[in-house]
Amino acid sequence: MLTNADFLALEGTAGNFTATINMRPRYIDADACTACGLCTQYCPKHHVDPYNEGLAITRPIHIDYAQAVPATYYIDPSSCLFLQHETCQICVPVCQSHAINFKQQPEERKLHVGAVILSPGFGKIDPQTLEKFSYGKHPDVVTAFEFERMTTASGPFMGEVKCFSDGRHPKRMAFIQCVGSRDIGCNNGYCSSVCCMYAIKEALVTKEHDPEVDITIYYMDIRTQGKDFDAARERAEAIGIKFVRAKVADVTPWENRLQLTYATLDGQHKFEPFDLVVLSVGLESPKDARKISDITKVDLNKYDFCATNGFNPLQTSQEGIVVAGAFQGPKDIPESVTQSSAAASLTAASLKKVRGKGVELKTYPEEQVVAEDDEARIGVFVCHCGINISSVVDVASVANYAGDMKNVTYYTENLYSCSQDAQEVIKKKIKEHKLNRVVIAACSPRTHEPLFQETLRDAGLNRNLFEMVNIRDQCSWVHAGEPELATIKSKDLVRMAVSKARHIQSLPEQTVPVTPKALVVGAGVAGMTAALNLAEQGFDSVLIEKGDSIGGNLKNLHHTLAGDEVQSHLKSLVTKVNGSKHIDVICNAELVQTAGFIGNFASVIASGKGQTKAEQTVDHGVIIVATGGREHRPDKYLLGKSKKVVTQQELEKQLAGKAKSRAPGSIVMIQCAGSRGDDLNYCSKVCCNHALKNILKVKEINPDSQIIVLYRDMRTYGFAEDAYLEARKMGVVFIPYEVDRKPEVTQKGAKVQVRFFDSIMQEEVVMAPDLVALSVGIVPDDTDTLSKLLKLPVTANKFFLEAHVKLRPVELSVSGVYVCGLAHGPKPVDETIVQAQAAAAKAAIPLVKGYVKVDPIVSSVEQDKCIGCGLCTSLCPYGAIVMQKVDGKRKAETVSASCKACGICAAHCPTFAISMGGFTNEQLISQIEAFGATGDR
Amino acid sequence: MADQEFNPSILGFLCNWCCYAAADAAGVSRFQYPPNMRTLRVMCTGRIDPAFVLRALAEGADGIFSGG
Repeated sequence: MLTNADFLALEGTAGNFTATINMRPRYIDADACTACGLCTQYCPKHHVDPYNEGLAITRPIHIDYAQAVPATYYIDPSSCLFLQHETCQICVPVCQSHAINFKQQPEERKLHVGAVILSPGFGKIDPQTLEKFSYGKHPDVVTAFEFERMTTASGPFMGEVKCFSDGRHPKRMAFIQCVGSRDIGCNNGYCSSVCCMYAIKEALVTKEHDPEVDITIYYMDIRTQGKDFDAARERAEAIGIKFVRAKVADVTPWENRLQLTYATLDGQHKFEPFDLVVLSVGLESPKDARKISDITKVDLNKYDFCATNGFNPLQTSQEGIVVAGAFQGPKDIPESVTQSSAAASLTAASLKKVRGKGVELKTYPEEQVVAEDDEARIGVFVCHCGINISSVVDVASVANYAGDMKNVTYYTENLYSCSQDAQEVIKKKIKEHKLNRVVIAACSPRTHEPLFQETLRDAGLNRNLFEMVNIRDQCSWVHAGEPELATIKSKDLVRMAVSKARHIQSLPEQTVPVTPKALVVGAGVAGMTAALNLAEQGFDSVLIEKGDSIGGNLKNLHHTLAGDEVQSHLKSLVTKVNGSKHIDVICNAELVQTAGFIGNFASVIASGKGQTKAEQTVDHGVIIVATGGREHRPDKYLLGKSKKVVTQQELEKQLAGKAKSRAPGSIVMIQCAGSRGDDLNYCSKVCCNHALKNILKVKEINPDSQIIVLYRDMRTYGFAEDAYLEARKMGVVFIPYEVDRKPEVTQKGAKVQVRFFDSIMQEEVVMAPDLVALSVGIVPDDTDTLSKLLKLPVTANKFFLEAHVKLRPVELSVSGVYVCGLAHGPKPVDETIVQAQAAAAKAAIPLVKGYVKVDPIVSSVEQDKCIGCGLCTSLCPYGAIVMQKVDGKRKAETVSASCKACGICAAHCPTFAISMGGFTNEQLISQIEAFGATGDR
Repeated sequence: MADQEFNPSILGFLCNWCCYAAADAAGVSRFQYPPNMRTLRVMCTGRIDPAFVLRALAEGADGIFSGG
């Protein structure tokens, strides 16, 4: 990972690129820096903190934020006294690990690579655009990014919301949506897709801080089109956050407050005073987008985002270069994460031939056998961490205290336990004193346990014979003013750890081999794309399809909003799938049974109809769930009862046909028919775009057609906003309706009549259009069966629930099972394709490795003690404990490869038959006893 | 500290993935809090057997903190 680096040039072609990188000097040796932060404390120069949006002051020598990777400080040359004026250098002697190096120079590096992934993120809206809202003129007008830092508990105000003008807590707050997006005034015609959701989040957080604050969100359309995002809006409304559909014209200072001028739909102009105004600023293309385009020759779209097409959404115009994240178009976290995985799968496929080349495997000395009844010989190392610990905790007294404890054979202090030389000392002492347990009292095991465990392995000890005591992050740093009490706490923690260490044992490193084959359930665009991507990476799949033929919902689509032909793409996809030697397609098939775990599944697949029905068993290592969804057909608005009422999908089919009257002269479209709190509780994300694409097609065929769209919020997020604008320019009329005043469709002789309240004219309107088109939602195809079969959780709306909605968007809670497409949630074709590529990327990880590594801290069942009650099986959230017959008796057994080591099973087992590696009852009880034994050692 | 002041001894069971991480983050941000708690890291608060809580109380804990 090269940070502080600039991308200067790219030469060559796919598979053989040379990238030129400029490494800016960090002025700190990253290997030596321990991220103790002492340099920042001593640095005398102020530096406006860009990470905190300029709301705080840091020092030129700093780290951006606590979780920054790498955890290494750097010096910003723009304000460093030495680099600017050759004075100061206070940091040099302060740094105990001698990490500061002002001699560092910029360095140009050439990287020989086969593929390039562009992920530069997004840029910021020009402050000029914000001026009309008094941004920059009045301190109480802030951007949502600034407000985000303000509400963050670890931010410069520790989460306190206040007005910058006088520090008072705001009583009334306003959020203004679409600042710098959906605004052709600043050339950003697109919708930034994320601002509605982040405004709602920030409003909810503010309400949590101060329930009394009055918050209004001024919006054009609330675009919470993401999976389960509408629920957040409802929650916001339920706790009193107001949503006002109005365009804010300006914000002007008024006494010590701010006055908003806005116009509502009915044409009224209103004024409203607020204490604090938050601008929901959009996402721009990255500021060096054009530079990147110059270097790589990739095409940009008219908004300077990377241009791609809907059927290959991450492929740039240059072979070997793919894009991921907001540079491809504004998007939120889960979608960015999904795209990053998908980009990885595309490059993994293109670089298949060189996979694993240039990798050197580390070897370790043979492991010393430590038997259960061997006397514990514990070595205790207490760290100073420079002065991070020792300036508060009396390290020598803690080490001496440890030295007096039973079984402690050796004890010492380290200046920096994590330094290279300290590792050598620890290894030497392990051998010299025949240590068979090591306790290190230093920083956090979350950051440093792997490093020390590696040292143990290098010294021939099992890595589990290690215990860490956190006397820095959770002691010296948080009790800086109470050195005596912090020392007592350190001693107590060391005592507890040594006590536990007496009972810790070697644990085996387990690996489980993987069957290099995937089972893909569902052969729609998601399943086909996933199987094809795996094939391109060199892996076999069994692709099973419930229907007679593969293709799924693509069969019902004819063109995309961007104008691409769907049927020709489908044809080429089907040809590729059928022609692939890696893909075994089974139609009329269903999954009957699956046993096993990641790497080693065995599934029974039933296929054929009637007489030809047969069952076969397939061994496979991973499962990709792509069971899809279908159009929801609400029993409303005369759908199915009148020929003049159709769904958007039916209209699309009609428009793709040849009938002369296929684009009728007058159409009324009703959005959210049966969705968002009706039959379906959620937004189906695609329907607004679906309506738009049909509108443009109708207008193309019959420019005189009069179209009225009745909607709640037009959710043409991203670049689809252009189509919305185009439709309005063509004279299509968009009229919002309220949920308590939905349109009505009735039969009147041969005609259908639509009655609705026109919120612009403020009157009831009755029309008799030639056609009524309903934008209906999407429902998942039967997720119940698979959910039970594979123990996969589903959401309240019956879509599969991913392992983590933001960070693990294509993995399911059961290891080795991945999800993509409509089975995960409603989404358009391009997003489905990306998600399928992402699922293939994740599924390929165990397939490429060929084995699954099991963390030794997993659960294990002592079968003699197990009474077969099955409580553990029912409680395990990961399906990692199965009941098996052993000598005719029901016994629990851990599926190590699926276990996440949470220990719920162990805590609930009535016979204490379940043990957790590294967290056994014996170990934890001894730790608890040591907690109480303040007088003993 | 005055003798009369209640100075409880607290045992905290902290989940490795959330509360333990949060306690580390509190340290990185140098948030100050009273040094009354001794932490015991578990991989999930689901690991906490009620017996552990009772045992800690029997060992003299004035309170138990469970963070997950």
